[in-house]
Amino acid sequence: MAFLELSGVVKRFGRNVVVDDFELAVAEGEFVSFLGGSGCGKTTTLRMIAGFETPSAGSIRIGGTEVVPLAPNRRGVGMVFQNYALFPNMTVRRNIAFGLRVAGWKPADITRRVEEMLALIHMEELGERFPHQMSGGQQQRASLARALAVRPRVLLLDEPLSALDAKIRASLRSEIRAIQRQTGITTIYVTHDQEEALSLSDRIVVMNAGRIEQVGTPFEIYNCPATPFVATFIGNLNLLEAEVADAGLGLLTVAGQRVRAAGPVPDGSRVQLALRPEMLTLDPAAESANCLAGTLASVVFLGSIVRLGITVGGLSVFLDQFNAPHLALPEVGAPVTVGFPREACLVSGMGQMESASVA
Amino acid sequence: MRGRRGWSWFWMALGALYFFVPLLATFLFSLHGKRGALGFAAYHKVFADPQFLQTFSFSLEMAVCTIILGLALFLPTVIWIHLRAPWAKPIVEIFSLLPFVIPPIVLVFGLIRLYSGPPIPLVQSRFLLVAGYVVLSFPYIYRSVDAGLRAMDLRGLSEAAQSLGAGWLTIMFKVILPNMRVALLSATFLTFAIVIGELTLAVMLAWPAFGPYMALMGRDLAYEPAALAILSFMLTWGLISVIQVVSRRVGGNGSSVGGAH
Repeated sequence: MAFLELSGVVKRFGRNVVVDDFELAVAEGEFVSFLGGSGCGKTTTLRMIAGFETPSAGSIRIGGTEVVPLAPNRRGVGMVFQNYALFPNMTVRRNIAFGLRVAGWKPADITRRVEEMLALIHMEELGERFPHQMSGGQQQRASLARALAVRPRVLLLDEPLSALDAKIRASLRSEIRAIQRQTGITTIYVTHDQEEALSLSDRIVVMNAGRIEQVGTPFEIYNCPATPFVATFIGNLNLLEAEVADAGLGLLTVAGQRVRAAGPVPDGSRVQLALRPEMLTLDPAAESANCLAGTLASVVFLGSIVRLGITVGGLSVFLDQFNAPHLALPEVGAPVTVGFPREACLVSGMGQMESASVA
Repeated sequence: MRGRRGWSWFWMALGALYFFVPLLATFLFSLHGKRGALGFAAYHKVFADPQFLQTFSFSLEMAVCTIILGLALFLPTVIWIHLRAPWAKPIVEIFSLLPFVIPPIVLVFGLIRLYSGPPIPLVQSRFLLVAGYVVLSFPYIYRSVDAGLRAMDLRGLSEAAQSLGAGWLTIMFKVILPNMRVALLSATFLTFAIVIGELTLAVMLAWPAFGPYMALMGRDLAYEPAALAILSFMLTWGLISVIQVVSRRVGGNGSSVGGAH
């Protein structure tokens, strides 16, 4: 039974359709991310759940109750903002207590709950600080505690980490996930950062131009992208022009060389073959199913991985390899072979991405 | 480098002289109230005149009414414009300039013509004077409030408060107003300064206000007006320093976000 349900939600600003036919059912306690580029409608959808925007059509239900007619302060929805939005005139304690006071809690209960929340975010010592006396990461934790204090039914996070630097972002990310697991709160997380979405979520909603492209677990989204948009948006991808040699057998020709997918490929003379860089191996053993011969064109060092650029008959293919101290790479310009299993082949036909591993 | 510095001091000193010499001269002149001796006789006389206290307290009362009415009118309006009708900002900004463009004398004749008879005979009422003052102080209140709202993340804060269950009254009094103390203070003092010194409206509507009293004194007496001028200067400067002190104390407490991570 879905706890948070959006059905047929549409949002128009004038003639501009920002969110179109949004359908989603979120189970209680689930962590769902809305992922997409800027202007894809993810934040607008979140704001419609919060009540700051009114849908042009459709319904939003929380726990079986229609919330669209309710004002934001009647929805029982907690929200965390990108720029924290802590009340500057109040200490952390008073910020956390704000919602409890509004709800008319007894002072003793408020004190107890505030201490509980400070412990949850590991900020017991900082309760008397004002927002401007804290770092961005601390402010965002305080803002999370403030939103959770009133025990909302749904927690909404609007790009909560994008104003923070990379290190804080990574540690706060795991903290958010831990707190969400601990409290078991149904959570919607808006982000444009795929790494965040992939590492945090139970399910991801990939959005593009106001529409849902795919809903699935991070594993499904990454390994079996449903549309070319998802395939290119998530992770890195090599897109190669290919000709279909035998659709039934899944035989393709890439730059004059034969490649075989794991299953049948769509009919049509030209298709696109998509390959994840980390699925490719350099100079594979003879048993590798597919091999493409080319020349090494570039070597880019990216820390934990090394990205090799290889030219295969005029097409360029990128290959990711784990870095190691004893890694011996061929010289740039040397002939190399790229190998990959049949399951690595994602073939696009008429706009639908056919994952060979599903076929 | 040193020469440049010398020049900047020179220009600053010149500017200071321009402002302070007349002030000093007025102050020295005001000390001559008693023939042949320097002293505060003129000030004593000013304070001894029952009219001084009467007119000043009348104007003070009007100032308080103007501030209350002005803020009650403009504060919600400007907040509403910021949150819901940003497109109306340029229109209101043009309106806010009108009191500078239309001289008070025109305003007051308009008011008299409109309100001297039915259906709204207001010309005898103090309310008309306060209403006129509200118009005159509109630009100052509007600009102060606007600056105060711009300095905070109004949308973010009010949405955060809403999501925590707060209604609009709570948001207004617990979140927005406490974060614009300095702006409200400057709106208050500017309005106060305008009302205390205002002449045209008070004369034309025939109210015993402080402005006409000062004008009358200036016409009939020599030393007392100088003393009055110095007193009103001190009052204004006192108020400005109150703003300074408060804004410094609140200063770090602004709505700035970010900071060190």
